[in-house]
Amino acid sequence: MIEASAPKRRFEMTRRKMILGGTLVGGAMVVGYTATHPMQVAGAIFQGGGPDPEPSAFGSFIRIAPDGWVTIVNKQQELGQGVHAGMAAMIAEELDADWDRVRVIDAHANFRAYGMQGPAGSNSIATNWDPMRNAGAAARAMFVAAAALRWGVPRKLIDVHNGVVSHPASKRSATFAELLADAARQTPPQQPALKQPKDYRLIGTDRVRRKDSLPKSTGAQIYAQDIQLPDMLVAMVAHSPRFGGRMAKFDPSDARKVKGVVDVFAIETGVAVVAESTFAARQGRDALRVEWDDSVAETRSTPELVRYYHETAARRTDLEPSDFHSKGKDAEVAFGPDAIEFAFDFPYLAHAPMETLDCVAQVSGWDVKIISGSHLATVDQVQAARAAATIPGRVDVEIVPAGGSFGRRGNLAADYLVECVRIAKRASGRPVKLIWTREDEMSSGLFRPMAHHRIWVELAPNGFPSRWRHHVVAQPLLPVGPNAQAVEGIAESPYLTAAEVIDGKIFSPNFPVPVAFWRSVGHSFNGMVMEHVVDQLARRVGRDPAAYRRAIYQRAGATRHLAVLDELCGKAAWGQPLEPGWAQGIAVHECFGTVVGQVAEVRLQDGRPVVRRVVAVVDCGIAVSPDQIAAQMESGIGFGLSAALYGAVTLRDGIVQETNFDTYPVVRMNEMPAIETYIIPSTNRPSGMGEPGVPPIAPAIANALLALTGSPTRSLPFLHGGAANAGFSNAGSANTSRI
Amino acid sequence: MRFSLSINGRIHHVDEDGQTPLLWVLRDTLKLTGTKYGCGVAQCGACTVHVDGQPMRSCSLALEAVSSAQIVTIEAVDGAETKAIQDAWVARDVPQCGFCQSGQVMSAVALLRAIPAPTDDDIDIAMSGNICRCATYNRIRAAIHDAAGRLGSGQS
Ligand code: FES
Ligand code: FES
Repeated sequence: MIEASAPKRRFEMTRRKMILGGTLVGGAMVVGYTATHPMQVAGAIFQGGGPDPEPSAFGSFIRIAPDGWVTIVNKQQELGQGVHAGMAAMIAEELDADWDRVRVIDAHANFRAYGMQGPAGSNSIATNWDPMRNAGAAARAMFVAAAALRWGVPRKLIDVHNGVVSHPASKRSATFAELLADAARQTPPQQPALKQPKDYRLIGTDRVRRKDSLPKSTGAQIYAQDIQLPDMLVAMVAHSPRFGGRMAKFDPSDARKVKGVVDVFAIETGVAVVAESTFAARQGRDALRVEWDDSVAETRSTPELVRYYHETAARRTDLEPSDFHSKGKDAEVAFGPDAIEFAFDFPYLAHAPMETLDCVAQVSGWDVKIISGSHLATVDQVQAARAAATIPGRVDVEIVPAGGSFGRRGNLAADYLVECVRIAKRASGRPVKLIWTREDEMSSGLFRPMAHHRIWVELAPNGFPSRWRHHVVAQPLLPVGPNAQAVEGIAESPYLTAAEVIDGKIFSPNFPVPVAFWRSVGHSFNGMVMEHVVDQLARRVGRDPAAYRRAIYQRAGATRHLAVLDELCGKAAWGQPLEPGWAQGIAVHECFGTVVGQVAEVRLQDGRPVVRRVVAVVDCGIAVSPDQIAAQMESGIGFGLSAALYGAVTLRDGIVQETNFDTYPVVRMNEMPAIETYIIPSTNRPSGMGEPGVPPIAPAIANALLALTGSPTRSLPFLHGGAANAGFSNAGSANTSRI
Repeated sequence: MRFSLSINGRIHHVDEDGQTPLLWVLRDTLKLTGTKYGCGVAQCGACTVHVDGQPMRSCSLALEAVSSAQIVTIEAVDGAETKAIQDAWVARDVPQCGFCQSGQVMSAVALLRAIPAPTDDDIDIAMSGNICRCATYNRIRAAIHDAAGRLGSGQS
């Protein structure tokens, strides 16, 4: 329900919170959690940046009800990656709660209570590992203290297990419910003792399961698309068909005649049609006549862009590169005619989350209410405030699960959300649901960038790379900074560690096609480049690709890569011949601190790669939820396979050609390989799993095809427009490698 | 125009343009939001409902074409197959983002009603109209086999 939030209530809640546990210090809830991030301090200045959480003696993240049920407040967005289960498991482990009596709810955006909210770089488990465990351990200590007082026994002789506190020596025990009132009066320790991994009862077991499978199997889960509010309007927007195009003029008369259309008006991003229902909005938009001004729009076609990228990499345009990695004297000139040359082209990719982009906004005076599958809730809150000309503290962002994102909802401009707020500003206080159609979503940009790579490698007499030159052409993802995302996974690659001379250059063209984060970001192409190059180098010196990698990892001291590789070779029976026509391909790539290795079994059928089985090994530190790690591996492989086989967004005269699943095919049931996932045991801090499964699949397939045919892959996708080896660019391949 | 629709065993009178896709009648008019919009062009299956027992894409069915049909949505689909499918979905933690899963469940229930013990090929044919961008396909396949096994052994 959208209502203007009353600022006064906030103060009351804050006071109650202080009375309850004395837990509010310096503007932050401090049960195992302290506000140190400058953004949090800024958030405190903005009065919390949203409605405060329900007061709890156990801090922002834990509520315990009189019946003993534990409610975990999830600050990150559930995009499908299973973060509900992961966050809950970290808390429940240290709290020693009964997992079957733990539920998860989603937080609203609030800096002061939760800090930065937004999964990025697969960070949810990694960055919340300490805060969530601390929160759980602090709450546990409060129960222990309460029991010690009640029974008059030392704290250290008290045990907690499955939500039951006990003193084994006297055979006394009490449930969380029975101790709740006393526990809530205890002072939470600032630095509660945490368990050793060997003592985990929940983390790392198959008991850590999703909490949302039932509502998601019965249609009961509510997404932003499903929000229904009294008086709600539905909006669609006619956007410029070309990036950078602007609305010149429009004729709303026919749109206004459509039954159910309430209003038609221009906004910054086009022409909005506001209606009583989705279909009326759609019909109204179809009836609009809009003229676009393309004077500063992108009007080129993909082959021209590809040519421009190739020219740039060859230093024949005036775009100046910057160094992303440079080692050794005369790195610029040190490459002789013996250098082996490689080139790759990658297309733009759309995210195509199953739920298209949508958002609900209501603007009433200074107050804004948002209901959204908000990926970067903190950013969304600030952007909504800017669009409504208010302060973040007056914006309530209610986060609902998203029907996927893959990065699309996590863009810094918060494009669709800002658009929704702008429309809602003109809706006289009525809530507005903005719906983007699939066509809107796919042609909206914020794509995974196109990229062109050119690599020159010289091998030492021992057969390993001694000199490595790497030029990358890719649009920058962020408006400022060194375009680091475009080269992530290259500079830190073990394949470069032993090279004496490294010349890494990045060319960062700027033009109106917007680009953004896409699941695994720069790793999405850099994994392919590094892993396919190294396979070709191995073959060139006549070594088995796995053995060649092993030798390099040993020389580079890449122990985690080594362990993954060895486990992978064992589980996949690497090197054992398959039936005629089939081949294995291998790839090992580190992404956001997680190392993933995959072996794909591939054959060619009518020129199309068919993948029947993928064996995957992962080192992601402590495995919080093994079953969800496997789920994310399956998901990453399916997602990466879609992109590798089919994914390409192309432009003709600046207009996106792939706008729905008929022209932007994705993997379906019949194309999904069998997948086995093996997890390397580890006591390291956990790293992420939402993205690292994506990068290795394309090179694993390319390497299998290399084994089958002897021909390297020079561009993705493998198929475009349904045709084998058509190439997305139609610009001829920059093929200069002979392997 | 006024239409009388049989949805989930009840007659609903709706006053809409006969060209309105059934999907939007369900979602906007009748507030049955379990059925999802994913593509609008019969490509993704997120909008799958049962029309006279057959799994159909409601985004591409005009209201006037289904006014005499029996329509069942995810909110009301029931029976032994549905229970077996949904139990198996939960037991295997099939959903990720979950947005495709209403459609997947509707297609899977229809499959089990038509073929009680489907082979992998049967599953490929019946389920390939349903896209899952989270690629939960392997768990869907396993869960369908689980459900079929449970129904076959009579313990539902
Ligand atoms: S919405 Fe109907 S098939 Fe995609
Ligand atoms: S579970 Fe996300 S699209 Fe299927």
